[in-house]
Amino acid sequence: MNIVSLVLLAGLRDLSRNRWIVAYALCFLGIAEGLFWFGGTGPQVLLSLLNLVLLVLPLVALVFGTIHVYASREFVELLLAQPVPRRQLFAGLYLGLALPLAGAFVVGAGVPFVVHAHDGATLGGVAALLAAGVGLSLAFAAIATWIALRTDDRLKGVGIALGVWLASTVIYDGLVLGATAAFGDYPLERPLLALMLANPVDVARVLVLTQLDVSALMGYTGALFQHTFGTALGTGVAGATLVVWCVVPLALAGRRFLRRDF
Amino acid sequence: MTLPVALGPMLLSLMVVAPKPAADLTVGPGGHFATITAALAAAQPGDRVLVRAGTYREATLVVRTPRVTVQGEGWPVLDGQGAREVLVIAADDVTVRGLVATNTGVSNLEDRAGIRAKDVRNCVIEHNRLRDNLWGIYLQRSADCVVRDNDIEAHGERQTTSGNGIHLWYSPGARIERNHIRGHRDGIYFEFSQHGVTRDNVSERSQRYGLHFMFSDSCSYVHNTFRENTSGVAVMYSRGVVISGNRFERSWGSAAYGLLLKDISGGEISSNTFDRNSTGLFVEGSSRLEVRGNTFTQNGWAAKVLADADENRFTGNRFSGNAFDVTTNSRSANSTFDGNWWDAYAGYDLNKDGVGDTAFHPVRLFALVVEQHPAALLLLRSPLVAVLDAAERVLPVLTPETLVDHHPLMRPPR
Repeated sequence: MNIVSLVLLAGLRDLSRNRWIVAYALCFLGIAEGLFWFGGTGPQVLLSLLNLVLLVLPLVALVFGTIHVYASREFVELLLAQPVPRRQLFAGLYLGLALPLAGAFVVGAGVPFVVHAHDGATLGGVAALLAAGVGLSLAFAAIATWIALRTDDRLKGVGIALGVWLASTVIYDGLVLGATAAFGDYPLERPLLALMLANPVDVARVLVLTQLDVSALMGYTGALFQHTFGTALGTGVAGATLVVWCVVPLALAGRRFLRRDF
Repeated sequence: MTLPVALGPMLLSLMVVAPKPAADLTVGPGGHFATITAALAAAQPGDRVLVRAGTYREATLVVRTPRVTVQGEGWPVLDGQGAREVLVIAADDVTVRGLVATNTGVSNLEDRAGIRAKDVRNCVIEHNRLRDNLWGIYLQRSADCVVRDNDIEAHGERQTTSGNGIHLWYSPGARIERNHIRGHRDGIYFEFSQHGVTRDNVSERSQRYGLHFMFSDSCSYVHNTFRENTSGVAVMYSRGVVISGNRFERSWGSAAYGLLLKDISGGEISSNTFDRNSTGLFVEGSSRLEVRGNTFTQNGWAAKVLADADENRFTGNRFSGNAFDVTTNSRSANSTFDGNWWDAYAGYDLNKDGVGDTAFHPVRLFALVVEQHPAALLLLRSPLVAVLDAAERVLPVLTPETLVDHHPLMRPPR
């Protein structure tokens, strides 16, 4: 068995012993199931979950991720004392964080839709929501890893993580809205589309919107929106952007990990 | 048609001699006449012209005898050969039934119709099939006609080279029932035609409107389905209109409305369903409308009520799953919303009377932002937008303060 899977397994064992990740999965399960329970139809549950995914997922991935990386520091130092390639150790460290996060979300949010398969949620909508959630988990886990490796001070690290969360979920959209109002006289659709790609939370939101709010998007600006993101190519571009948002912070974190003096 | 012609005139002379009792004039294989034209020329008031199965390519058929029934047996096809109108009713009390009228061809100079009623009363056009005609059924200055159970389909490519499925022009008192219309420019069009009843029709995939009427007062539209029409349904410049129990579905596009009301006054819009339209109900310049008991689901904009619409009352409607429930274009609102059910309502009901204790503001701040800056729609369902909307709901600054539902229902009506 190679080092990646060993460290990954260690991480998984660590996290599964950690009640937080179980609680996290149960939380999604409870909310999704509860929404169906209280008379929500498939599309309504999807929309409610979308809000949760956009707010809670990045928050958990960032805060939990940084704390996890700080907590595994001693474990990492112990392993580094052995003849273990750093690259593999890093891969194991990241996957041991990201996979449980993404997995807990998929199980928690996905199972109720399987149970209530006949409640009108379209396959495309559910798939988009799950894909967006997994993408966000992986991307923000990578960002969290990077933050934790850059900052030695734990408090500062968690503070930065919270700042990143606030910026990507609320502040960024506020700036976009401000820009829209300020430059309202210009044709803004295409620049705005580019701006949406620059924030993983927006990419995830747009990915789900094209599957859910079809009727609003079929008119007005939505036409361009739908043309851009609703097609297979657009979905591909959005998906690829999420991948970029995983790969770039991960590469930065990995570089940091390789060069760092523990 | 080359079948027995010889027998025809003989029988005809017999029938002409026989006095009043209505006769059957049979056209086609084994019948008295080879052509419908000949049969129509021979018909006396009250006669039936029975057209047997086959394809008939004749000059435009004109029914000039009152109380005649033209009836197809086995769906005879009346072919306009792409060059002319197919059948014209030019006498009172005529019934046309069981025919297939097809292929009038496109003309820019004349309004060719599959079946036209011209300056008559009490015509009945029922159980016909109309295929690929410029206009389907055209009532022109014809009063009290009945058009029912017809199946009308066209495949026009553009609005400019296509006519309407059922067209009424100065034709009061018409009953349009149980027709199925596909692919015309407007499915059903009323112009200057009062007191009509349109009921149980299905109008879909029209190139423009599923239903369009102008200057047609006191008409009612009940239990129809309008589906996937390019621009939805538009009704304009009429008074006393009743639109009830209809379904408006999947009208998608920047200028598509489930139901567009322009300058309609004193009418009733009740128990309709607006499902998955870009804009469900659009109200402009209309007044004193009772909008009640309708269901708005999964529309982009459930109801757009412009500021020039006044004294409209929205009561007992259900709003669920819409991106925007209500929008308007001004801070002053002259229409009232009272006792509706909103899925976005988050209030409470302490005395358990089924009515929420806090008022509901259906106009979201974000809706106004999008109204002014359409591009901002990209931020739909962003957490930021939710925060802004929540803040605005607590303390309305920009949204119309008078546009409030003071008695939001806790449960959907019915």
